[in-house]
Amino acid sequence: MAELSAGEQIAELRVTPDKYLPHRYAGASGDFNPIHIDPEFAKAVGLPNTILHGLYMMGLVARASAEGAGGGDPRSLKRLSVQFRGMGAPETEIVVTGTVKSVEGGRAVIDVVAAQGDNQTIRNAEAEVAL
Amino acid sequence: MTLKTDAVGKEWPATTYEVGKEKIGEYARVIGIENPVHFDREAAKAAGYRDVVAPPMFCVVYSAPALGPAMFDPEVAMNFAAMVHGGQEFVWGEPACSGDEITTGAKCLQIFEKDGKGFYVFETVSTNQDGAEVVRGTWTNIVRGV
Repeated sequence: MAELSAGEQIAELRVTPDKYLPHRYAGASGDFNPIHIDPEFAKAVGLPNTILHGLYMMGLVARASAEGAGGGDPRSLKRLSVQFRGMGAPETEIVVTGTVKSVEGGRAVIDVVAAQGDNQTIRNAEAEVAL
Repeated sequence: MTLKTDAVGKEWPATTYEVGKEKIGEYARVIGIENPVHFDREAAKAAGYRDVVAPPMFCVVYSAPALGPAMFDPEVAMNFAAMVHGGQEFVWGEPACSGDEITTGAKCLQIFEKDGKGFYVFETVSTNQDGAEVVRGTWTNIVRGV
């Protein structure tokens, strides 16, 4: 694969989770918090509707980092740190973008953002990927 | 109000999770990962893995159960109604493969107040059947209006 260098963008990842994605993620992950799967419950606790699992979006950030810099090898992702700063909604496209901050000793540190339009659901994410 | 910090340093009993091939596939499909090393034993072995390998973020499946008792501990006294998952870090070691028995322990690292919010920071450390560290997680929960 092509060598990455500081300032470069990794391939962006675009995913539109369908209406039932949070149900499948709940099943796959074991996190059945009703704010993700029950619209009535979500509204009762003051949310506009059900929201995506933060860790699902972190899963997409991990996927984008490993595929964009590590050739998709699961071993390539060494560290991932994120801050959850916005709620994600189902049926809305998520765009994950990453900018290489530094490359040293065969490892790239990448600044990653996951956003739905102007809403940055994950920001200040830092991925360390073995090249 | 002063935040209760008695639980800082407290550790909870470890949980053990046996990783299964189909569970790895289920997780990978939901995230949309298509690399055959997550589905096909021969492809995983050809890539140098002991067996079908889990995507890195599959770690939530085997490490989160250890955190449950910590989050609900009355000594921690976290207000769930006002809680959000604020931040998360994972540092990966040995890959998790189908057939692995992964043991995870949880510990409270920090409880502190900042800008009127309570920060509760937990650490999970997961090791496999050979004693190799698989992942180390730092989980930050933020409670508004403490």
